[in-house]
Amino acid sequence: MSFLAARRRSPLALLVLILLGLAFTGTAYAALQPTASPGTSSASASADEIAEGRELFLGNCATCHGANGEGNGNDGPSLHGVGAASVDFQVATGRMPLPAPGVQAERNISQVKFSEEQIEALAAYVDSLAPGPDVPEEQWLDYAEGDVDNGGAVYRTNCAMCHNSSGTGGALTRGKYAPTLMGVDEQHIYEAMLTGPQSMPVFNDQNITPEEKRDVIAFLKSIEEGGNDHGGHTLGSFGPAGDALFAWTLGVLAFIAAAVWLGRKAA
Amino acid sequence: MTTPHHDDSNAPATRGDATPAVTERFENPGMPPHVPRRADEDPRAARRAEFQVVALFTISALASIGFVVAYYAIDRDLKGYLLGIGEVNLFHVALGVTMGLSLLCIGLGAIHWAKTLMPDEEVVEERHPQSSGEDDRQAVGQTLSHGWRSSQLNRRAALLGSAGGALGLFALPLVLPVVAGLGPRPRQELYTTHWEEGTLLRIDPSGAAIRAADVTQGSVFHVMPDGWVGHEAIEEHGAEEAMISKAKDQIILVKLDPATIRSQKQREWGYEGIVAYSKVCTHVGCPVALYEQQTHHLLCPCHQSTFDMTDDCKVIFGPAKRALPQLPITVDAEGYIVAAGGFREPVGPSFWERNRPGLLGDDQS
Repeated sequence: MSFLAARRRSPLALLVLILLGLAFTGTAYAALQPTASPGTSSASASADEIAEGRELFLGNCATCHGANGEGNGNDGPSLHGVGAASVDFQVATGRMPLPAPGVQAERNISQVKFSEEQIEALAAYVDSLAPGPDVPEEQWLDYAEGDVDNGGAVYRTNCAMCHNSSGTGGALTRGKYAPTLMGVDEQHIYEAMLTGPQSMPVFNDQNITPEEKRDVIAFLKSIEEGGNDHGGHTLGSFGPAGDALFAWTLGVLAFIAAAVWLGRKAA
Repeated sequence: MTTPHHDDSNAPATRGDATPAVTERFENPGMPPHVPRRADEDPRAARRAEFQVVALFTISALASIGFVVAYYAIDRDLKGYLLGIGEVNLFHVALGVTMGLSLLCIGLGAIHWAKTLMPDEEVVEERHPQSSGEDDRQAVGQTLSHGWRSSQLNRRAALLGSAGGALGLFALPLVLPVVAGLGPRPRQELYTTHWEEGTLLRIDPSGAAIRAADVTQGSVFHVMPDGWVGHEAIEEHGAEEAMISKAKDQIILVKLDPATIRSQKQREWGYEGIVAYSKVCTHVGCPVALYEQQTHHLLCPCHQSTFDMTDDCKVIFGPAKRALPQLPITVDAEGYIVAAGGFREPVGPSFWERNRPGLLGDDQS
């Protein structure tokens, strides 16, 4: 039973709810302020939220990341300064908590362990250890406003070499891979660019501006909706390797069948 | 294992004796019994086979007619949905299917015809000596030597030499355009880029300059030299020059923890852990841009050459032979990253003349 569900009838729930509401209002106010410099967090997370986050952290994350998020050698990196964006990306895509050690954490959207509020609390706690990039503001996720053309140019220069020109991902070294970007929530795409999870480098707001990040999301969503399709089966959009495998397998089978039929005497 | 063979001295004799024995051991099995086909015995089966062949040829004919009809009747932009394939251009699909069916059914019909209705007899064709008869061979020999003598090549050596020379040299006009047409020989092009001391690094494609303070740990910037970024470069220099610049000048800029850098030269040519390398692979020139920020591997997507960014971009895997050339950088008065000089070696793939610059022309273009 999750922490929240067990306590939702407690008299303290109302208080927590009010505090959450206040925290949300404060966050929204801070988010709408024009000069929120990047890399700093909103200092509006309430003490209660942070306390709840700490409890979640100790129960689910501290084994690998240390009791204070200071890291634990090779088991888990330090979380100081990774920011709320990183926590939201890792936890809300089901990558963390890591089910088993492996080459890399895999996206597993059906295995997300926490509710949105819990993830927010976790993020608030981790951010309180040492501030880092905050979750993106709504305006940068509204990809209908984005410039698909410019997004494509930015994507091809910065992303396509790993994630494939059609956003379907590709191989890296020693078993690692760049995952597909199709069907990924726009907030998670944004947070991945901002925080550089795992093998991925960081693209901070001075490198790819928030407008350009929104353009990239607009471009990816336009591909996802078939903006790049020219008809026929995509075969996964993996490029010539997939096409060749398909043609080779079917072609060789057809040739073998034809040879067997040709060589057999009629009944 | 050594088994003593005391009849070694008799071995040749034994082999000689064994020759007829071999032919005795393998009896000619003869022809397998003839199995008649159904169509040979049952007139109804023969009629059915005939009907099948005719049906196949008819399908082929109909498909050919269908091709012509589809060619004129179907709108070229008409899209349709095919189960399991998705949205397709119906014009292309119709042409492909009808033409393929037409050809396939001709083949199937012809083979089915041959297998079921044409004569079914096993035939033995004896091997015979490959050489021609003695008379024929002598006649040919006489004709050749008569021709040789009557052409007077045996008496006039100059004829033979000049004719051979003319025919041999005729290969040159055939081969020369192919070899010479492989393109201009490399000259100084790869020795010169648009990077020189003080050139501002700009983000590709936005064109923004880069403040050293903005390059955070784990960041990767894809960079072009000042004046050669985006659409402005094409407008100012023309598409071809802009393309050449893109092929030679592209840079990858990352920030490493200075403590992880193992090469003194790399640290000195960088700025507080920020290092800039040519993005052109030293194998065949693909953009090497897959940077893994945890392992600091830089991977080329074309042939998986892998460079170690903490060790002067030396090759640790793959077909590339040389480390990526590093661009020395520093910051200007306002804190923006600029080149501290040009590349000290040619960027891009190897070429024969690279180690012997004397072979290159003096053309600096």
